[in-house]
Amino acid sequence: MTEPVKNTLLFAVVGGLILLTGFTQSWNAAILILNMGLISAIMALGVNLQWGFAGLFNVGVMGFVALGGLAVVLVSTPTTPGAWSAGGFGIVLALLLGAATVVATVLVAQKMPKGRVRTLSIIAILIVGFFIYRAVLDPNTAAVEAIEPAVAGNLGGLNLPVLLAWPAGGLLAAGAAWLIGKTALGLRSDYLAIATLGIAEIIIAILKNEDWLARGVKNVYGIPRPAPVVGYEVDLQNDPSFVARAEWLGLDTVTASTLAVKLGYSLLFLIVLLVLLWMAQKALNSPWGRMMRAIRDNEVAAEAMGKDVTRRHLQIFVLGSAICGIAGAMMTTLDGQLTPSAYQPLRFTFLVWVMVIVGGSGNNFGAVLGAFLIWFLWVQVEPIGLWLMSLITAGLPDGSALKAHLIESAAHMRLLTMGLILLIVLRFSPRGLIPEK
Amino acid sequence: MDFLNALVALSNFVLVPAIAYGSQLALGALGVTLIYGILRFSNFAHGDTMAFGAMIAVLVTWGLQAAGVSFGPLPTALLALPFAILGCIVLVLVTDRMVYRFYREQKAKPVILVIVSMGVMFIMNGLVRFIIGPDDQRFSDGERFLISAREFKAMTGLNEGLAIKTSQGITVIMAVVAVVLLFWFLNKTRTGKSMRAYSDNEDLALLSGINPERVVMITWIIVAALATTAGVLYGLDKSFKPFVYFQLLLPIFASAIVGGLGSPVGAIAGGFIIAFSEVTITYAWKKVLTYLAPENLEPSGLVQFLSTDYKFAVSFVILLIVLLFKPTGLFKGKAV
Repeated sequence: MTEPVKNTLLFAVVGGLILLTGFTQSWNAAILILNMGLISAIMALGVNLQWGFAGLFNVGVMGFVALGGLAVVLVSTPTTPGAWSAGGFGIVLALLLGAATVVATVLVAQKMPKGRVRTLSIIAILIVGFFIYRAVLDPNTAAVEAIEPAVAGNLGGLNLPVLLAWPAGGLLAAGAAWLIGKTALGLRSDYLAIATLGIAEIIIAILKNEDWLARGVKNVYGIPRPAPVVGYEVDLQNDPSFVARAEWLGLDTVTASTLAVKLGYSLLFLIVLLVLLWMAQKALNSPWGRMMRAIRDNEVAAEAMGKDVTRRHLQIFVLGSAICGIAGAMMTTLDGQLTPSAYQPLRFTFLVWVMVIVGGSGNNFGAVLGAFLIWFLWVQVEPIGLWLMSLITAGLPDGSALKAHLIESAAHMRLLTMGLILLIVLRFSPRGLIPEK
Repeated sequence: MDFLNALVALSNFVLVPAIAYGSQLALGALGVTLIYGILRFSNFAHGDTMAFGAMIAVLVTWGLQAAGVSFGPLPTALLALPFAILGCIVLVLVTDRMVYRFYREQKAKPVILVIVSMGVMFIMNGLVRFIIGPDDQRFSDGERFLISAREFKAMTGLNEGLAIKTSQGITVIMAVVAVVLLFWFLNKTRTGKSMRAYSDNEDLALLSGINPERVVMITWIIVAALATTAGVLYGLDKSFKPFVYFQLLLPIFASAIVGGLGSPVGAIAGGFIIAFSEVTITYAWKKVLTYLAPENLEPSGLVQFLSTDYKFAVSFVILLIVLLFKPTGLFKGKAV
């Protein structure tokens, strides 16, 4: 079997699995899998860029995804009336002061001669800067958070179309990645891993605690949909031409409207995925892509050839994180709400890693395939596990504690299965389903 | 008097909790650092190994409690600890045989082993959730306090109380015992010396006839014992919740790296540095400062530098500072 045939078959199999879901469970479920699969594929492309192209070990995917979600809130939700005059500008001023403190510290660290004077002045700048920052920030955040805390209590957004939030999510993630990369790249791979793991937790902590930003754990609801591609079910049900089309298809109007809304998302996501995939393919086969792989395979040799390894690493780290940010913004748009406590590292960082490794790191199509396959399994393992458990426990008497426990625990089969899949692929097919060429 | 009150408040809210937390982190970081020294990779599954060991301890404790066995004023979990360690040893040895050994024989790159440990992390996490569920479990019993705040106030006549939980006392004692045993083992016994030799220079160690598989096996056994102890102590002190152990990964790694990966002394120092910074920076200093400051200069706010939810940020910032200025850590770790 030639390579293209095999790959097409693999994609066909995954597509078939999703279609099977549609026929056996419901089309709603199938399109849900498809939509999150598309988003996961974009995340996997980002990780593949960093790991597959450049060998950078980023386990902070969750953080960048969450930043994308934050961007959606900041760009597309309506501005809270009075929030900016109450304290918004004060908060911005405080943040600028905080940034100035850091910049001053870095300048002092670079410009002053080494010695006790430098250490003391750095400490002094940091302490004074911190207290000024808190003194400006605290009253302003309190003022913003006091505005209608039940429905708002945050600054709100710019009230722009939600589609603009997607590139904005990428930019926000890229900015954060640049800051992290500036400090943590150039360190050893394990250190970068721990650093990114930490930064992701911090980003989630900020989202959870800074109520003025995105309402913290009170969540932001009612994020607008990307009209006109994705409408609202109620509008569709009241639209006579839509009702007529639904009847022609033999669907009842309510089901048809939910399907139409979801398919609208699928269309948008597919366009983004195809554009990014095309760009990633171009990058992979360009001189730039070859240089990246050369750096990955032998840093010393690449450096001897005059390649600036640290700069290139920074570049690809920022690019990959930006893609994760875009995916995060798309996901929050799909959900229609931002729920900071829903961001779990196992789901948003390590699962994406499983997708990339299983699909084939270094190969963009592999990453996309892995994303769809693993997402499908992630969703379907639960019902399969439940079914399996009822089969196993069929012989046990009803009401036995063991039976109840086993059936209840079936939900946790997911993690176990993902771990097994990852280990099996790493052992027997370490290059993944579609290996790098 | 005010000064004494301030001191007591400081001990009660900062020193005692930080010492206990530091001991738990140190035990965890020792495990990470040993794996790094001998097997040469960062074990992402360490938090979940701790959770697994602690889970067995919880289950055995429940069994003992149901059978009416108790340890008097001490928590029953201490009786369960040896069983938990055994269970955890079995788990890690099986994992090593089935998973890690293959890559060791292939001489795979360390980063591959890290990814493999991610897979192991998933499986252990799944196992723990599968067996005991993702919820909070309480398993501490016995006396709750060595000294309760009320007793202390009555004893000394101070305004401030000092409470020391039994779990905190046990944590410190157990940590000291574990560390003394570990260092005795590493420095005085033949096996321990062979482990250090293997860690320092693999080729020379192999040349002098040290059996690498034996070294690796003993490392896993020690790591399982340390991880279980740390997990049980943390569970007794706070509560047992699988996800929390996963989150401990960050401060534990920070401790190990700050001390210098591969250096046991560094891991202990790192654990206490991280714990003390976390607690001091997230503690609201108002009470202590009110006692210390002159009459009318008392602070009006809480004087809390960061809210407790940002404790990860503290370990992270310390980690970054150390990495930027002293990449091999405070105690000269190794760099692979």
